[in-house]
Amino acid sequence: MSAIQESAASGMQQDLLKTIDRVAEAHCPKAARESAEAGEWPAALWRELDNVGLVRAALPESAGGPGLDFGDAMVALRRTAYHALPVPLAETMIAGRMLLAAGLDVPEGALTVTADGKRVPWGAQCAHVVVIGDDDVGLAEEPEVKLVEKNLAGEPRVQLGIAKSKRKRFPGARERLLLEGALLRSVQMSGALERALAYALGYANERVQFGRPIGKFQAVQHMLALLAGQAAAASAIADAAVEASAQAPDEFTIAAAKARVGEAAGKGAEIAHQVHGAMGFTREHNLHYVTRRLWSWRDEFGNEAHWQMRLGRMVAAKGADALWPMLTGN
Amino acid sequence: MHEFRFEAVKMPPAAEQLRREVRAFLAEEAGRGGFQPARNSWNTYDPEFSRKCGARGWIGMRWPKQYGGHEKSALERYVVTEEMLAGGAPVGAHWVADRQSGHQILRYGSERARRELLPKIAAGTCFFAIGMSEPDSGSDLAAVRTRGVKVDGGWKLSGTKVWTSNAHRAHYKITLARTAPKQEDRHAGMTQFIIDLSKPGVTVRPIHNLYGGHDFNQVIYDDYFVPDDLVLGEVGSGWKMVTGELAFERSGPDRFLSTYRLLVESIRALGTSPGDRAAAEVGRFVAHLAALRRMSTSIAGMLEKGAQPIVEAALVKDVGTSFEREVPEVFRQLLPTEPTLGHGETYGELLGMTVLRAPGFTIRGGTREILRGMIARGLGLR
Repeated sequence: MSAIQESAASGMQQDLLKTIDRVAEAHCPKAARESAEAGEWPAALWRELDNVGLVRAALPESAGGPGLDFGDAMVALRRTAYHALPVPLAETMIAGRMLLAAGLDVPEGALTVTADGKRVPWGAQCAHVVVIGDDDVGLAEEPEVKLVEKNLAGEPRVQLGIAKSKRKRFPGARERLLLEGALLRSVQMSGALERALAYALGYANERVQFGRPIGKFQAVQHMLALLAGQAAAASAIADAAVEASAQAPDEFTIAAAKARVGEAAGKGAEIAHQVHGAMGFTREHNLHYVTRRLWSWRDEFGNEAHWQMRLGRMVAAKGADALWPMLTGN
Repeated sequence: MHEFRFEAVKMPPAAEQLRREVRAFLAEEAGRGGFQPARNSWNTYDPEFSRKCGARGWIGMRWPKQYGGHEKSALERYVVTEEMLAGGAPVGAHWVADRQSGHQILRYGSERARRELLPKIAAGTCFFAIGMSEPDSGSDLAAVRTRGVKVDGGWKLSGTKVWTSNAHRAHYKITLARTAPKQEDRHAGMTQFIIDLSKPGVTVRPIHNLYGGHDFNQVIYDDYFVPDDLVLGEVGSGWKMVTGELAFERSGPDRFLSTYRLLVESIRALGTSPGDRAAAEVGRFVAHLAALRRMSTSIAGMLEKGAQPIVEAALVKDVGTSFEREVPEVFRQLLPTEPTLGHGETYGELLGMTVLRAPGFTIRGGTREILRGMIARGLGLR
């Protein structure tokens, strides 16, 4: 039984978090982060994530998942983002959920997913590339790597030539991908923000200037309170979107989540860096592993403006008086 | 590890039933001209409306039946509250008594106070004010100078309170006074008293606000006598009570719905197919509201379980009131309107009213700066 299966059985979220903390501690030292950014596949880390049962965590038991409910799988994903693990776990989860929704088998190994072959996350290193059309889902056959770029966090974003693929009809597939992607990125960003807050608090308590820790200065305290507000709002709405999407992605809540969390990502990262001063601007400090992800993820699967406009149009189309019932779900 | 979790609360079926009842009631009241949603805020004072709420069992919902309450859950109360605010109902007369004074009396009051006051509050016929601030004591509450001196059978109060909303029309007020000299612990030696505003020894003078309205008052006590059974809780424990009260005061939907009617009317004015910028601004506000409502309902769930989520409540108020203040600032530019003095009869008046009230949002109930200090304490920085 994997560690994740055990925590699924016991229902202990704390155990789930501890498992991920342990994996991060043991298998993701700074050197592993740097070599992943240099383009090397983080084999040891991925193997361990697979061993503990995380790779298939977002799948039901019937599809070879460890038996976590979707909410707990997202708690686990959030924690991997808290640790800024340089792996395509979210992509594997999204790709798996797309295959599953289309009634296809989910293959073993790391998966990624794309609708257009552009900037495919980890596109050269995953075992399979799931291809999404407007109304179909399938697996790419022998995708050709054309160009390897990186997002700001150094995660590969690859241009693929996909000549052949085996596809199955799945109406609304492209829209479904956008929603699933926005949802999981929101969850990841809320985890990264939590870490940015933790780093900023730690630094404010230890860095001494003018004879006292800078966290004792009111100006710094107020900045950290603002950061906490952004992190709290982000985690609240990301959780709401996860719960609303247990069966199928809920457009309204996911749009609200990606818009709100994306905004929190920018504002939160700014404060976290300001609190860290020059130290946070160095490669040596670890803050950038989460903030560079925040600056990347907020622009993937639709930026804030994209989701704000969608949300605004949804509300406008239904009329001003329909807003309150939309917010309360009744 | 500072992780804020805002767990989901599942609204019980009874709460959703109640939601439908409140909506139907508000639609009927607004329909017959009983109130105009755009004109109101949660300090619009309408005793007649409050009496109707009382008759329907929507005040003192959580209190025991023996004191006129209805033994409902925090979530049922939350639903009534948010529906009233979103619907622009004039709830100002009973708001304070329902939100915090009644709770304090139930928890700390004498049996006589509970028996005499709570049923009247729940009926929507007895209204309260809050007396904390003084001329030299605003954010720094421990600096209160109003003094209580023990006399036979009670206490004599002398001193001056300011910014007391509704003291000129409320029946009672709960006031904080110093009952022992300041010691090393400056928060010790303070006590809360229930003041009957109809009794001699108390004078209420208006303080007009910047738009000429009269909510605020100065309240002067001159050897005002409080009988022992109108002392709240143990003598000297006032500070603890005041801070406990704040989780209730700060986390509710009144901390992010103050400009909701302007948001609704702005969406209406922008029409069913807004341009990109307008759609994005509306969407941004809706996203913020959805997050705030999640935080706030989650805190209602924590309060229901008996927790004291003081830092979480401060976060809701800080984030929520900042949101409230942004709403008029954005729409004044999307719907170019010269704001007009008035009562919300037109969009220009609604905008004008909101702009003029907005400075208060981040001051009342604890300034933004005090809240951020509390959050910082919760984060372990103080």
